[in-house]
Amino acid sequence: MVFWRVPFDSEEIQITTGIVYIIEDRCKGCGYCIEYCPRDVLEFSSKFNTKGYHPPAVKKPDDCVNCHYCEILCPEFAIYSVEASTEQG
Amino acid sequence: MKQIKKQVRHPLDDLLRIDRIPHIWCPGCGIGTAFSSCLIAMRESGIDLEKTVMVSGIGCSGRGAGYVNLDSYHTTHGRAIPFATGMKLANPELNVVVFSGDGDLFAIGGNHFIHAARRNVDLTVVCVNNFTYGMTGGQVAATTPLKAKTTTTPVGNPDTPFNLPLLAYASGATYVARWTILHTRDLTESIEEALLNRGFSFIEVLSPCPVNYGRRNKENGIDSLKIYQERTIIRNDAQPWELDIDFDRGIVLGKFIQTERPTCTDRYDNTCRPKELIEGEKGLE
Ligand SMILES: Cc1ncc(C[n+]2csc(CCOP(=O)(O)OP(=O)(O)O)c2C)c(N)n1
Ligand code: SF4
Ligand code: SF4
Ligand code: SF4
Ligand SMILES: [Mg+2]
Repeated sequence: MVFWRVPFDSEEIQITTGIVYIIEDRCKGCGYCIEYCPRDVLEFSSKFNTKGYHPPAVKKPDDCVNCHYCEILCPEFAIYSVEASTEQG
Repeated sequence: MKQIKKQVRHPLDDLLRIDRIPHIWCPGCGIGTAFSSCLIAMRESGIDLEKTVMVSGIGCSGRGAGYVNLDSYHTTHGRAIPFATGMKLANPELNVVVFSGDGDLFAIGGNHFIHAARRNVDLTVVCVNNFTYGMTGGQVAATTPLKAKTTTTPVGNPDTPFNLPLLAYASGATYVARWTILHTRDLTESIEEALLNRGFSFIEVLSPCPVNYGRRNKENGIDSLKIYQERTIIRNDAQPWELDIDFDRGIVLGKFIQTERPTCTDRYDNTCRPKELIEGEKGLE
């Protein structure tokens, strides 16, 4: 994360960042995750999934704060986030 | 060479019958979110999921029971609550969750609801209120807002909808809350509390049905969520009679009631199976 000034407590405060996973073929393109992501991380992708819907795509990966809101709002179990540091390749 | 795609697994996959996913709910239907919230609450509450069952009636919401990877029952229309009551009485150890729609629970099943609340049967009832009978094409329901258009009220609904939290409270429910699918964190917390509450617990979830309700009222899914965002207010201290569904005046959300009184099983045991009586019966054997 880029700061215009480094906060005094930056060594104590952990800023979590997240990685978003999208299970594209489960998505029905409602757009709820895109509309309600507090950090505007997502956008509709131009491609179609196997059902003919446009799934979301990650537009600003560095901005995800792993709040899980996309995950709990999605009616399709099609998107979730994990903490970036616990991420295993 | 073909690139191997990384295996992605949703955190709720363990609790889902994934062979049935994608589910039947339409794009933008809120039932999936309400259902997801219910699954998270079941997991987070720490209740024994081996001893937890989900019961649904008929309707789009009533398909819920078919997607949970636990013991579950898809019953006849309106009969989820009596079915659940029977299970709870036969095996009081079970956590019994009813997940169904407004039509199922309050039109055809309305009588069962009030009596289970009156008797304080220890159930958790989650009602997806989409203001209509979604599954059968969007007919007027006991919950359709005044003046809303449906297939059977093409010029607008002339009748007043139920205030469901008031009905639950007046009938004797010991936990009563109302949220929308947009307020999913509060909703999950309420379902968790309701699962741990001993007695009849009721949670109403306002939820969009863009296909059969929204469309006739010029509301797509996102519009419905915007309405839930802009025309609701959270007031946990509101009185049950202040909770009318009127989007022009604004809708009150919150946890309204949490109280304790003897459950159906407590009263039955105290009255029909008092200790002396059971010991007396043993003596006769
Ligand atoms: C005895 C009986 N009467 C009528 C029906 C038709 N029917 C199926 S679902 C339904 C209404 C469901 O409404 P609701 O519970 O609100 O569920 P939703 O589809 O809106 O989620 C009706 C009337 C039926 N299946 N059985
Ligand atoms: S986890 Fe939060 S910040 Fe990250 S994409 Fe989802 S909604 Fe946006
Ligand atoms: S909320 Fe879920 S179904 Fe809707 S667009 Fe996002 S990923 Fe797709
Ligand atoms: S008809 Fe309505 S309630 Fe039924 S699945 Fe479609 S959007 Fe949901
Ligand atoms: Mg309904």
